[in-house]
Amino acid sequence: MLTILFDGVAYGMLLFVLACGLAVTMGLMNFINLAHGAFAMAGGYITVILTARWGIPFLAALPIAFVATALLGAVLERTLYRRVYGQNELNQVLFSIGLTLMAVAAVDYFMGAQQQFLLLPEWLTGRSTIAGVGIGHYRLFIIVICVLLVIALQLILSRTRFGSRLRASVDDPRAASGLGININLVFISTFAVGSGLAGLGGALGADLLGLDPTFPLKFMIYFLVVVAVGGTSTITGPLLAALLLGIFDVAGKYYIPTIGAFIIYAVMIVSLMWKPDGLFSNVGKK
Amino acid sequence: MTKSIAEALSPSAALQASGRDWGRIRWFELAFWVVAIGAAFVLPSGFLLLNELAILILFAVSLDLVLGYAGIVSLGHAAFFGLGAYCAALLAKHFGIDPILGLLASASLAALLGLLSSVLLVRGHDLTRLMVTMGVALLLYEVANKMHWLTGGADGLTGVTMEPLFGSIEFDIFGRTAYTYSICVLAILFLLARILVRSPFGMSLHVVRQNPLRAAALGIHVNRRRATIYTIGAAYAGVAGALLAQTTGFASLDVLDFHRSADVLLILVIGGTGYLYGGIIGAVVFKLMQDWLASMTPQYWQFWIGLLLVVIVVVGHQKLIRPWTWFRKNQGGAA
Repeated sequence: MLTILFDGVAYGMLLFVLACGLAVTMGLMNFINLAHGAFAMAGGYITVILTARWGIPFLAALPIAFVATALLGAVLERTLYRRVYGQNELNQVLFSIGLTLMAVAAVDYFMGAQQQFLLLPEWLTGRSTIAGVGIGHYRLFIIVICVLLVIALQLILSRTRFGSRLRASVDDPRAASGLGININLVFISTFAVGSGLAGLGGALGADLLGLDPTFPLKFMIYFLVVVAVGGTSTITGPLLAALLLGIFDVAGKYYIPTIGAFIIYAVMIVSLMWKPDGLFSNVGKK
Repeated sequence: MTKSIAEALSPSAALQASGRDWGRIRWFELAFWVVAIGAAFVLPSGFLLLNELAILILFAVSLDLVLGYAGIVSLGHAAFFGLGAYCAALLAKHFGIDPILGLLASASLAALLGLLSSVLLVRGHDLTRLMVTMGVALLLYEVANKMHWLTGGADGLTGVTMEPLFGSIEFDIFGRTAYTYSICVLAILFLLARILVRSPFGMSLHVVRQNPLRAAALGIHVNRRRATIYTIGAAYAGVAGALLAQTTGFASLDVLDFHRSADVLLILVIGGTGYLYGGIIGAVVFKLMQDWLASMTPQYWQFWIGLLLVVIVVVGHQKLIRPWTWFRKNQGGAA
C-alpha cells in the first residue's frame, strides 16, 4: 500500500518535471504546445546516447540533456514558435502536432522504432525495505531531484527579479512590456527552461516510462491533463495535479489492471466538469 | 401602427432575395455530384479507393460542421467515427441487421455521445475543450481496447458479414456496391448539411463563431447552438464510421486512434473550413498525397505530413495556395 503510494509519488513528481514547462509556457504565452513531449523525448534520447555510446556517467548526462534540450527549445522558439504566438488556437494545435509528427518520424528514422534502455549506475538499481515499505533507489533518486527542482523553481519564481518579471508577464503581457520588461527575453528564456526541464524529465523518466519514438504522442495527454487540471497560474497547481495523477494512475494500474488508463481519463473529465478552469486556478480572483 | 412594427420585423424583400441567393446551389456543385455518382456506373475499377475517399470526405464534412461552423477545435473527433464503426460492425455481426438500419443506429448512438460530451464542451475555455474532446476519444479507445469480449480488443472485430442492401443488392468484392452505397449516403447527408448551414440556423452559427458575445446579445442561445451542431457533427462522424465498418466488414482499434482525429483536422486545413467543400478538396488532396508519400517512404511519411502542417501554419494558408504572392512584400497585417 505504502509502496504503491511511494511509486505513485515518484511517478507524479516525474510528470510534474515533464509538464511544468508546459504549464508555464501556456500560462505565459497562451500557447498550446502539444509538441512539449517531443522535447522530453529529445532529452531521453540524448541521455541514452551519451551513456550507452559515449560512456558518459548518468549523473553527468542529466545536466547535458537539460542544457541541450533548452538550447533546442530556444532555437525553435526563435525560428518557428515566435511566428505562431498570435495565431488562433487551431493553428497552434496544428503547428505543434506537425512538429510532434516530425519528431516522431525523425527519431524513428535515426534511432529505430525499438524501445531504448537506459543503463543506470549500480547504486541506483537496488531496492531496499525501510519500515516495511519497499523503496526503489531510482524512484527515491527521482523524488529527491524533483523536490529540489520544485524548491528551486519556487524560489526563482517568488524571490528573484526574473521571477517577478515572469509573473508580471503572465498576468498581463502588455502592461509588463509597458513597464519596460523585455517580454521577448522573458519568453525565450522561459521557453528554453521549460523545454530543458522537459528534457531533464525525459532523461529521468526514460527508465520508468519507457522510451520509444511514440513517446510524445503517448504522454501528450498526461502533460495536458496536468496542465488542464492544475491550471497555469501557479507552480503548486500543476504539482498537486501531477501528484494526484501519478498516485491515481499507479494505484489504478495496480489494483484494477483491467481498467488501466481508463481511470485517468475519467478523473480528468470529472475534474474538468467540476472546475473547467482547473482545480487550483485563481482565475476570477484577480 | 402595429402593421408598421410587423413590417419592420419581417425581413425586407431585398434581404430575402439575398438570403435566397446565399443558399442557392451553384452549377459546379451539381456537376460535381453528377460526376461522383456517375463514377459508380462508368468506372471499371478502383472502387475500393474511391469508397475510402467518400468515407473520408463524410468524416471531414462532419468535422467541418463542428470546426468551421461552430469554431470548436476538436482533437477527438475519431471518438464518434469509432463508435459508429463498432456499433455498425457489432449490429451486423450479432444481429445481421440491415445496413441502412445499422447506419441509423450508429448515427443515433454517436449523436447521443455527442450530446453528452457537448455538456462538457460548452463549459470552460479553449484548453478545456481541447482536453475534453481528446479525453473522450482516449476513453473510448481504452474501453474498446479492454472490452476484449465485445470488440476483439487489439485484434479487431472480424467476421462481420453484411446483409444485402435493401435485401437484394449484395456487396461485391470489387467494391462497386460499396462505393455506390457510400457515395449516395454522402450525397444525401451532404445535401442535408448544406441546407442546414445555409438556413437561418446556419447563419446564427456563423454569428456565434465570429463573436459569441454579440451573438448572445442578439438573443442567440450560444451554448445551445454549439451543443446542437456538435451533436449533428457527431452523428455525421458516426455514419462515416459505420460506412467504413459496413463496406470493409472490419472494425479495429485503428478507427479510434489519435492519428485519425489529427488526419481529419489536417484534411480540413488543406481544404479550408466553413464551406463544406473544403472537406472534399482536402480529402482528395490528402489521400493522393498520402499514397504518394507512403509509396516513397513507407515508414516515415508522417514526417512529411508534419512538415506540411508546420509550413501551412507558419507561412499561412491563404498565402500558400496563392504562389504569386510569395515574393511580394507583406503588406501590413499577418499573412
